[in-house]
Amino acid sequence: MASVTSNPPAGAPLANRRSGALTLRIEPPRTWFELRLEELWKYRELLFFLVWRDVKVRYKQTAIGVAWVIVQPLLTMLVATLFFGRLAKLPSQGLPYSVFCFAALVPWTYFSTALVLATNVVVENQRVITKVYFPRLILPVSAALSGLVDFGIGFIVLLIFTFANGIRPAWTLALLPFFLLLAVLTVLGVGLWLSALNALYRDVKYLIPFIVQFWTLASPVYYSSSMVPARYRWLYGLNPMAGVIDGFRWALTGTGQAPTATFFASTLIVCCVLFGGLVFFNYMEGSIADRV
Amino acid sequence: MSTSVIEAYGISKRYQRGALSSSGLLRDTLARTFRSPWTMFRRQKPDTFWAVSDVSLQVGEGEVLGLIGRNGSGKTTLLKILSRITRPTSGWAEIHGRVGSLLEVGTGFHPELTGRENAYLSGAILGMSRQEITRKFDEIVAFAELEKFIDTPVKHYSSGMYVRLAFAVAAHLEPEILLVDEVLAVGDIKFQRKCLGKMGDVARAGRTIILVSHQLNQIRRLCQRVVWLDAGKLREAGPTAEVIGAYEREMSSSDALVEKGPLGGKAHFLKWWILDPEGKPKHVLSDDGELQLQFLLRVNQPVYGLYHDIELYDQNRQLLWGNAIGNVTLEPGVYLCNHTLPHLPLRPGSYTWRATLWDGGESVADYDCVPEMQVATVPVGHPMDEKAGILNIPSVCAIVPQSPAELSK
Repeated sequence: MASVTSNPPAGAPLANRRSGALTLRIEPPRTWFELRLEELWKYRELLFFLVWRDVKVRYKQTAIGVAWVIVQPLLTMLVATLFFGRLAKLPSQGLPYSVFCFAALVPWTYFSTALVLATNVVVENQRVITKVYFPRLILPVSAALSGLVDFGIGFIVLLIFTFANGIRPAWTLALLPFFLLLAVLTVLGVGLWLSALNALYRDVKYLIPFIVQFWTLASPVYYSSSMVPARYRWLYGLNPMAGVIDGFRWALTGTGQAPTATFFASTLIVCCVLFGGLVFFNYMEGSIADRV
Repeated sequence: MSTSVIEAYGISKRYQRGALSSSGLLRDTLARTFRSPWTMFRRQKPDTFWAVSDVSLQVGEGEVLGLIGRNGSGKTTLLKILSRITRPTSGWAEIHGRVGSLLEVGTGFHPELTGRENAYLSGAILGMSRQEITRKFDEIVAFAELEKFIDTPVKHYSSGMYVRLAFAVAAHLEPEILLVDEVLAVGDIKFQRKCLGKMGDVARAGRTIILVSHQLNQIRRLCQRVVWLDAGKLREAGPTAEVIGAYEREMSSSDALVEKGPLGGKAHFLKWWILDPEGKPKHVLSDDGELQLQFLLRVNQPVYGLYHDIELYDQNRQLLWGNAIGNVTLEPGVYLCNHTLPHLPLRPGSYTWRATLWDGGESVADYDCVPEMQVATVPVGHPMDEKAGILNIPSVCAIVPQSPAELSK
């Protein structure tokens, strides 16, 4: 084989390295887990631009534009109030059913849309992935974050709505960010798994509507988690969104019991899913450009 | 040699042949597992190939290195490994400095966003910081000649405008090391010149560039040193003129014929070649001039109704042109079939000739000519890439006012 220079032994230190210059080493994937968080930080501007693009593009060429953010959960709330509140007369922890339901729908809408976004984010950015390098982890993170803008708008409407219904926020409102953070981490944890799997098996794309649908039913969005029999409550607590929604509702309205146990159970689960997701995504990252 | 900024040793990359998407169904994996559960644990022997194998190279600071080779010789894969898009299967490389890669024009463009927004987005994806883009923004817009349309959504742009903006962003990427894949073949001739000029400026500014191109003239103009990849392996590396010369010689000397059809025994081709007007053999066409395509034919038994047919195919195996002569009577002996083509106006790329012989209705010989013929001329065409077509006709258009007197004629 002809070569430019004679080959030094593989792995030999390079003699003529310029001091101070950034050195990049390219190697076959070796370890099963190498989390490069500092690299993620270096690419934070790209993360910002991806989130910004998502937000900017989302309601382009729609007549009412960003109003969809409010209209979607509002309509769902109206329908749910009519059927579940008025007809089925589901208990609502002493709150007006509309408030009860809306307080859950705002975080739930964030969760379900962000999860779908995160699942498809790798496949949708296929072209970019195969043409440019950046830490792939940025993609699911950007999906999880870009939903937060919608959430913010929905949340303001929710605050006004609760206030109009005569519910004054209590000190518990200060705890709300923790539940939101838990929701973001859930999206990220599950999204990491699904986005990497989706890159390999497009089946995931068809599975995701079902996942979201089942997950809605398994979360206390339309009904109170107190309806779940006590002996199955621990099983129910395995669903991190149960902790998020119960907590969110409690923090917002200050009524009912503090969902301490569920919250900690949910946090634990989310940490496990997130860690597993990071490992799996990281494992896939090396070959994602070849396989997507 | 100056300090090297890229050092790569024994870079190899294995791909699974054709399996990139076909095994991408969960169903298939499950079915395989159910059929024989042990395959899950056994190391399968998939049909693999080495896209790049054992390539070592060093690139000095400020050097412009050209990467040449036929289609599928691993140029793009090597570039993707060096730009970290994909990881090598074995080998390693060290790169000292900020790397920018340009494998496509318009990476990350979103049709719904305006030109301004896309410039920022694409810039960020290519690795520029926001301040950097803001600083160069006016320059980018001026380079793209899009001052009036910068706040229009890109979906309303013509392809030419789109490409100009995309390239303008890319051209203002100023990393210490730039990896470029065949992207200069965009836009109209005038814009191409501008891009080449910009590229030259970048090179003169002391940046290191690796450039992949089929257009040998472009490589000649820009590169000091060239690496030639052949079937994934490093074939030759050295000064531009030397390596390109060797590449061109190889392309013309390795003339061979790959037999496809039945060997009738009545007649067969011995050799083929392409000659330029001076009678020099060549397989890389750098200028659009007269060509002679010649086949050496041996006839073993007398044939009375011989048909000789040649066909030209592009990379997608689409027939571009064919011609035949018929009803020739030939006694045993060796003959030269000479096809004269006044010019071959094709866009840069690889093409294959096919030659056949028929006796009446019976196929006597059917050959695919190897190697492929490389066309490396400067493309002339429509600014919109998808309208440029497959022909490369050096046409000139002039619009002249007509007086009523001329019209009444």
